Amino acid sequence: MNLFLQHALTGISVGGCYALIAIGYTLVYGILRLINFAHGDIFMVAGYFMIFSFAVMPFPVAIIVTLVATTVLGIMIEKFAYAPLRSAPRMSVMISAIGVSYLLQNLATYLFTALPKAYPAIPGLKKVITIGNISTSLVTILTPIITIVLVMILLWLVNKTKIGLSMRAVSRDYEAASLMGIKLNKTISFTFAVGSLLAAVGSILYFTDRMTVQPFSGALPGLKCFVAAVFGGIGSIPGALLGGFFIGVCETIIKAVGLSTFSDAFTFIVLIIMLLIRPTGLFGEKNIDKV
Amino acid sequence: MLKVENLKVNFGGIEAVKGISFDVKEGEIVTLIGSNGAGKTTTLRTIAGVVRPASGKITFDGEDITSIEPSSIVKKGITLCPEGRRIFPDMTVLENIKIGAYLREDDLSADIERCHRLFPILKERSNQLAGTLSGGEQQMLAVARSLMSKPKIMMLDEPSLGLAPIIVKNIFDIIKTINDEGVTILLIEQNANMALRIADKAYVLETGHITIEGTGKELLTNPKIKEAYLGKKN
Repeated sequence: MNLFLQHALTGISVGGCYALIAIGYTLVYGILRLINFAHGDIFMVAGYFMIFSFAVMPFPVAIIVTLVATTVLGIMIEKFAYAPLRSAPRMSVMISAIGVSYLLQNLATYLFTALPKAYPAIPGLKKVITIGNISTSLVTILTPIITIVLVMILLWLVNKTKIGLSMRAVSRDYEAASLMGIKLNKTISFTFAVGSLLAAVGSILYFTDRMTVQPFSGALPGLKCFVAAVFGGIGSIPGALLGGFFIGVCETIIKAVGLSTFSDAFTFIVLIIMLLIRPTGLFGEKNIDKV
Repeated sequence: MLKVENLKVNFGGIEAVKGISFDVKEGEIVTLIGSNGAGKTTTLRTIAGVVRPASGKITFDGEDITSIEPSSIVKKGITLCPEGRRIFPDMTVLENIKIGAYLREDDLSADIERCHRLFPILKERSNQLAGTLSGGEQQMLAVARSLMSKPKIMMLDEPSLGLAPIIVKNIFDIIKTINDEGVTILLIEQNANMALRIADKAYVLETGHITIEGTGKELLTNPKIKEAYLGKKN
């Protein structure tokens, strides 16, 4: 029982990180109908931002610098790689996204070498906490809490604020939104900013646990979170949250029963099964194509 | 007030609007009629700034507004109530009304009141998702949404599309009321009969050209128009 709880906690924690990244996929998909393949790599670059800023400044400042730099990176990628293709077929934008993904991976390899770099330990986060018979680190408990709080803030932002209203309008109908006076580019930039910011938070929590970053650190988590977003219904924020937790918990359980090498394959089996039986995911929109 | 000069617009690889000129005076109801594919919708979308013209000039109150951002156009007091209504189906009726006032920072309550006075049904349905409204109600919502930007001129693209005759009459009555309250109207319609009845000035658009123009009354009695657009022969 203890062992089960221990694993469940780890799974929920990993799932929280996945959820934060998955939301980035879902937000961007919702507004641009684009799978932002570079999203996992933005998450990886956020890891390097933390390593380098931590080396030269106190950790609270380093965290802020990481969050801001990642947000700016997300906005810049949209400006340079996606915005010029606004009226191009969706396939072109997706290819551009794949290009950005490889660019970030290879740029990171060139600049920082492919050797894993040690991720800094944020004071306090790795502190061991014992609840009953379960002992775990603070970051494991903190991750799902931070995730849920951020998701609640995000839902408030989307449903109750003016910028959220414009995000919902743009994701539904570009032209009708611009006829209301909503600026498309501003709204899209904002969406990328939010997605990247959440990825940066996810990155800090994830790498604090993993302790190293290398240029391909973002690739597999990125794909898994994409699966999480599809599982929950791409375009849906609660869906991405649920998908993230689901993938995280399943993966941990599979590892716990001794099938570690199978756990990644499992994620993609989930993807295929979901696409076969319910392509719109748990909470996905029924008709994605606009008339 | 609104002046279009020699406007040419390419759309989907063809020249959809081939050099048209017309003007709309303050307080008037002006209609562009014409069959499918005549270039009516493209003309309005170009004025609204969502399509860029190939050449020509659009001026509003003497100011050149050709090719400026749609949001700037809305700010200047021009609104387009688009074809097919294009309401936001997964927002509530009230959210749809409010989003029409997206660029405004002032108090909206008086204008929401006005919309509810013009369309009492929208008040009843305030918290319902807009996608669950009937076609006629959606059209009313689209008009209400456009009104919320406090336009000087409202452009309406086929407000009668797919609606029952009784609802069409209702919508046209409201367009007339809105006009009486001081909003200039530029209306495009396939339902030429209804449009010409309320129009001060009318233009007939055929495959990208203006072929006939006159007052609403003149065009209603013009034999060519009768035959081609009103379905009556005499």
